[in-house]
Amino acid sequence: MTQQLLKIRGLKIEGKSDEIWNPIVNGIDLDLKKGEVLGLIGESGAGKSTVGLAAMGFTRDGCRISGGLVEFAGIDLVTASAAVKRGMLGKRIAYVAQSAAASFNPAHRLMDQHTEAPTQHGLQLKADSELDGIELYRRLRLPDPDNIGFRYPHQVSGGQLQRAMTAMAMSCRPDLIIFDEPTTALDVTTQIEVLAAIRDIVEQFDTAAIYITHDLAVVAQMADRIKVLLRGDEVEEADTRNMLTDPKEDYTKSLWAVRSFQRPSKPAVLKGATPIVSLKNVSAAYGKSPVLFDVDFEIHAGRTVAVVGESGSGKSTAARCITGLLPPKQGHIEFNGEALPLDYRKRSKEQLRQAQMIYQMADTALNPRSRIGDIIGRPVQFYSGLTGPAKRKRVEELLVQIEMEPSQYIDRLPGELSGGQKQRIGIARALAAEPQFIICDEVTSALDQLVAEGILKLLAQLQDDLGLSYMFITHDLATVRAISDEVVVMKDGRVVEQGPKAEMFRPPHHPYTDLLLSSVPEMDPDWLTNLLKIRGVDNIGDAAVQKM
Amino acid sequence: MGSIFQIILHRLALGLVTLLIVSMVIFVAVNALPGDFAQAILGQGATDEAVTQIRADLGLDQNYFLRYFGWLGNVLTGNLGISFAQMNFASGMGGDQVSLVGVAEQIAPRFRATMFLAGVTAMIAVPISITLGILAALYRNSLFDRTVNIATLSSISSPEFFLAYILILLLAVLNPVFPSLSNVYEGMALGEKLNRTMLPALTLTLVVTAHMMRMTRAAIINLLASPYIEMARLKGISPMRVIVRHALPNALAPIINVIALNLAYLITGVVVVEVVFVYPGIGQLFVDSVKIRDIPVVQACCLIFAAAYILLNLIADILSILSNPRLRHPK
Repeated sequence: MTQQLLKIRGLKIEGKSDEIWNPIVNGIDLDLKKGEVLGLIGESGAGKSTVGLAAMGFTRDGCRISGGLVEFAGIDLVTASAAVKRGMLGKRIAYVAQSAAASFNPAHRLMDQHTEAPTQHGLQLKADSELDGIELYRRLRLPDPDNIGFRYPHQVSGGQLQRAMTAMAMSCRPDLIIFDEPTTALDVTTQIEVLAAIRDIVEQFDTAAIYITHDLAVVAQMADRIKVLLRGDEVEEADTRNMLTDPKEDYTKSLWAVRSFQRPSKPAVLKGATPIVSLKNVSAAYGKSPVLFDVDFEIHAGRTVAVVGESGSGKSTAARCITGLLPPKQGHIEFNGEALPLDYRKRSKEQLRQAQMIYQMADTALNPRSRIGDIIGRPVQFYSGLTGPAKRKRVEELLVQIEMEPSQYIDRLPGELSGGQKQRIGIARALAAEPQFIICDEVTSALDQLVAEGILKLLAQLQDDLGLSYMFITHDLATVRAISDEVVVMKDGRVVEQGPKAEMFRPPHHPYTDLLLSSVPEMDPDWLTNLLKIRGVDNIGDAAVQKM
Repeated sequence: MGSIFQIILHRLALGLVTLLIVSMVIFVAVNALPGDFAQAILGQGATDEAVTQIRADLGLDQNYFLRYFGWLGNVLTGNLGISFAQMNFASGMGGDQVSLVGVAEQIAPRFRATMFLAGVTAMIAVPISITLGILAALYRNSLFDRTVNIATLSSISSPEFFLAYILILLLAVLNPVFPSLSNVYEGMALGEKLNRTMLPALTLTLVVTAHMMRMTRAAIINLLASPYIEMARLKGISPMRVIVRHALPNALAPIINVIALNLAYLITGVVVVEVVFVYPGIGQLFVDSVKIRDIPVVQACCLIFAAAYILLNLIADILSILSNPRLRHPK
């Protein structure tokens, strides 16, 4: 059982940008025995996915393996011919991608994609492979395993697709599976189900795995050993328990420490104070399908209200109602005690100025062809009428506020900035209007933990300096804990629970809040095992949500 | 499936509205042509009385609206009118209309011939274009890819008559494989008809292949960066199967639309090729009728061209919609 399966020595990978080959991975060693699970963690740009793919002898377009050895079952995949590698891929080494929704071909049924590898590799007839697929779907606890495979990808939910993809990876009973952030795109309650399913099936078939993630708590549940990467270099490697309790390197320690940021709580809101924003019995629909039902909450001056819920719970729709992008069907929205016109087109410039928004994907929310000075300058000019040197001066002030050196950044394009810097520009653009209230829609969920922490600290600082109010939409309860004063929990378009943060994190909870809270992975390697024991196999994650 | 049916009905209704608008445009445009049939047929020595007389006979002196709605009403009942050119003005009375052949009967054989040529061309050009497109995508940036691109681009950039004469030189004069004259007629045996149609069909194939092939190539390559293509490659699927089974079904919509546009061109825009090969298609009839301001024929031809364009685009739309599994298999 202790047979060496994968041996990587001095792996170097380069990526091409602007016609120059730049190093991405600078000499990584990696060993994996049969049936062993190795966790590969690091921030974006650490090269973890690149290493994961290279373990299959594969590089994305624009990348190349420039040195080293990738030996799988005695075959060097770096020098092997394309045909030899094709013979191994899918059959002996399989891959589970981050987004199952994007990685299943939309044009074919799940089962046809499941049976493709076994039939193309000549291992099984299609009919046998289908029966095996149904058996795998059953073991992965997919609902209606006999029929679910005959649906198209868009007819199946994200968590189910991720399990179907794990089943597909298992179809040839490979020796090694590369899991590339398989639960990052999922809600916490769904994530648990997928984690449990992956762990079980890997154990049952004694499959070796490389589990790539940026989430330390997740990797703690899945891996026997953990390797930490930083910008293409190995930081350290150790057994999971040792790594969690006794990290050696400063970088690893800093990763562990991120979760400690928490701003001090503020005194309770005065009775009778007029809230900045209040939603009164707001119901809304997209076309004919209703999405919000009777939503009612308030946001007071200088405070942060976290709106929590899973995808589809209506958090972002509530934000769209406040901004007037989606006029509610019923109810109304008050600003400083005054009812706002429901449609943003009917609001005055002053009303528009008061509520600004920061978006999840800073990448797509900034015009790639505009310079930073113009991106921030436009709302400055629009709302305060400043032009010329006065406008530029104001933009510079804003850049200072978001802790970016004006002379260095004002003439740059968004593409030249890092993810965290782009998000800061998004914040400056919102500040440019001098609003009282900002909606932050999942502003940190696309960022690495260290960078996200910087953004949270900045937002907290700005709140103290400028007396801003935030509506903070998130699905990440760690962020809620760090920054919020009040919490609103939403599910299926309704508010299930709301109150001050201290109360929300103290039992008794609404059962759904309880489920959400207990579904957040913890650093304890036994967390998942214990949770499954408490909840019972048929009452985890999504299944538990559906029972409510 | 209800939603697809609704979409198709919706598109069909839109198509009919478009056709109605086009009929107005045709009518206005044809009437805006300088001169009219009376002047054209009587020539320079025409007396004002004769011109007026013929205009009165043909109803050309009537109000525009009356003439438009009269024409539209007739078209809707299937009557495309009588060609002016067939009438006998020597009698001064517009001739004995009972024995005359209507525009519909006059156009029908020409239209069938055009459809035959378009059909033969499509059967050659579409499979070739798609195959070349797939191969070019598979061996992208290779010598093969570049050769195919340059060859199809050169052929589309050359004038049609030039391609036609080159083909005549190669396949009729130097190596007499096909006849250079394509004077097909109704009732001819299919084999002979095909034989005579081959040169114009090959000429047109050279003209339309580039668009379809390049769109197939581009649509497929566009998808090659998708995660599901990477997944297929990571399952060890062969490159050819990755393209044909995983990329092509998702690239169909743009390909279908380009095919439809090119087929519409084959029906409406092939007059030069018809002239070179003396092929009795609708294009020649159309040009001749414009020359003598034979308004019923011109209008009927325009209407058929418009209908062909609209119908082909409608079919392309519907097929593109059907190529989307989200619509074929709703949740």
